Amino acid sequence: MSLSETAAPARPENAATYLRLYRQMAKIRAFEDNANELYLSGKMPGLTHMYSGQEAVAVGICEALTKDDKITSTHRGHGHCVAKGAEFKEMFCELLGKAEGYCRGKGGSMHIADQDNGNLGANAIVGGSAGIATGAALAAKRLGTQGVSVCFFGDGALGQGLLYEVMNMAALWKLPVIYACENNLYGEYTKVEEMAAGALAARAKAFGIETHEVDGQDVLAVNRLAEDLVERARKGEGPFFVVLHTYRYHGHHVGDINRTYYRSKEEEADWKANRDPITNFGKWLVAEKIATPEELGQLGEDVAREAKAAVDYALAAPYPPADEVDMHVYVAA
Amino acid sequence: MREITLSKAVNEAIAEEMRRDPTIILMGEDVAEAGTPFKVLSGLVEEFGPERILDTPISEPGFTGIAVGAAMTGMRPIVDLMFGDFLFLVMDQLCNQAAKTHYMSGGKLSVPMVLRTNMGATRRSAAQHSQSLHALVAHIPGLKVAMPSSAYEAKGLLKTAIRDNNPVVIFEDKLMYQDKAGVPEEEYLIPFGEAKVLREGRDITFVATSSMRQVAEKAAETLSAEGIEAEIIDPRTIVPLDEATILASVRKTGRAIVVDEGHQSFGVTAEIAARIAEKAFYYLDAPVGRMGAMDVPVPFSPALEDLTVPTPERLAERARATLRGEPVHAA
Ligand SMILES: Cc1ncc(C[n+]2csc(CCOP(=O)(O)OP(=O)(O)O)c2C)c(N)n1
Ligand SMILES: [Mg+2]
Repeated sequence: MSLSETAAPARPENAATYLRLYRQMAKIRAFEDNANELYLSGKMPGLTHMYSGQEAVAVGICEALTKDDKITSTHRGHGHCVAKGAEFKEMFCELLGKAEGYCRGKGGSMHIADQDNGNLGANAIVGGSAGIATGAALAAKRLGTQGVSVCFFGDGALGQGLLYEVMNMAALWKLPVIYACENNLYGEYTKVEEMAAGALAARAKAFGIETHEVDGQDVLAVNRLAEDLVERARKGEGPFFVVLHTYRYHGHHVGDINRTYYRSKEEEADWKANRDPITNFGKWLVAEKIATPEELGQLGEDVAREAKAAVDYALAAPYPPADEVDMHVYVAA
Repeated sequence: MREITLSKAVNEAIAEEMRRDPTIILMGEDVAEAGTPFKVLSGLVEEFGPERILDTPISEPGFTGIAVGAAMTGMRPIVDLMFGDFLFLVMDQLCNQAAKTHYMSGGKLSVPMVLRTNMGATRRSAAQHSQSLHALVAHIPGLKVAMPSSAYEAKGLLKTAIRDNNPVVIFEDKLMYQDKAGVPEEEYLIPFGEAKVLREGRDITFVATSSMRQVAEKAAETLSAEGIEAEIIDPRTIVPLDEATILASVRKTGRAIVVDEGHQSFGVTAEIAARIAEKAFYYLDAPVGRMGAMDVPVPFSPALEDLTVPTPERLAERARATLRGEPVHAA
């Protein structure tokens, strides 16, 4: 079922919000297209994991958060970072190990963090941020900030025991945290049903945590759910657990090119052709007369130009000086 | 002799042992069809089937613990830990359970398992995928620790590890998987606790582990052209450690630098240097030198990462300074 059939009629007073959702998704796609290109052309050190296909998840959720709310992200973290308000320039600089990157080049793609916008960081340990997000929720509660935290993780992280320990405590202590499980059907090269016994959501239900499942390709559905849960978490009704059904378009990482041994080309083509979160939302915007195809096309071009300019900037930017290598091991004072 | 990659050598060692002993099973993430992200285990599931090559969920403490229990009750499991950095997740199972079981049971129980993992920086993989953590496990009595420095060592040490009745942790340098070396067709084992003299020399001893062998060999070539002859010792296993070979070399050369990719502080370089200082002090003409990885988390930026590991240039310079009798400053 396409989005335009399932969504309620557009509300004209929300036009700016709709366009922002669209724009944020388009930004993530443009960022990833450029990151992939940087890898393929040998300009990016190391490997990176593309978020393309999953944009509606990060955008739908992060648009429901304030700047001060916290998120923790994953190895597939560019989308969360953009959605939480990061700038292309600092992000590309980080991916290239340049001094002006968000982490002064020390973190790279898998550790990108944006403190000012409440992104506590990507994480190269699967499930590694579950404790951090829950701890941020504990701090918000104790400090009375009204803050909410969202822990993004993949289906693969359901294998990690840490997650169950912290969900138990979050439930016992009624912490304002939302566990956002992005089920993109694979953990690396293995299907989710070969890694997780039983129902995914049942895990959280066992702790008495309210759980939801949502089409992670439908940005409005994700956003509507997130707005509701965030508001309730602020009132002390958390924690919550959400399974978001989604799909990654690229390989597990940019180097994972020949992947037919674990998933078919037909399956990939089907998701791209029929369930693309940006295309479908764009169609709906047009059908609901929120935007014209020309306007969306223009928006896409603007975003692409912005990304390209940031890449050029980052390519020319300097590396950190050698004396930064042993800086930041300990807090200075 | 034919030359094969380190990756192939590991694959052969496991396949040969699994053919010989049906109690050997292998567990880890994406070890079956995918053959691991490094493609080291390709083909094994086709030969041995999914009952013996077990794809696990992303549950490192869980499958390591399962290996411990299976090892205590008749199996010989090989655990594939995708990155050495994930050792921090499995430390309880490895160090509190596997390492101590034989001792705590008064010798009645044993844990014949192998945990294969990797080490090595400069792959631009940042702080959680680049660490060399062998010193951490070497610190725990009850665990043996092997560090192959080439395809030849990788095969011979792994076969020995699989036959050992103790828990063994084996660290492969992930940057060396495609490096080739001569590996005989015929079966061979490399005994634990036997260092190898890779190069003879009269002036200075380099004790070099794993890929630091390559650093030492390059430095030795440069130095040789200048008339300085370095001897290179590869300990091959750091637990047990072949002290005798190291001490004999130092007694001959009177000088030593220990090179290892773990962090320099509280690590392998410190341990080996201390043993030399304790047991060959009166033969020394200079303080024992150490070169480890810089005491910083591994940075992502290539501009910074390359500064954190020992290089042939820095080792050669350090050797020259040692021979000139200059005081040594911490690296
Ligand atoms: C503790 C740990 N184990 C293994 C890995 C290697 N690894 C990186 S990503 C990944 C798969 C993660 O799958 P999932 O959580 O579903 O996230 P996705 O890649 O699908 O976004 C694995 C096994 C890791 N980084 N950390
Ligand atoms: Mg997944």
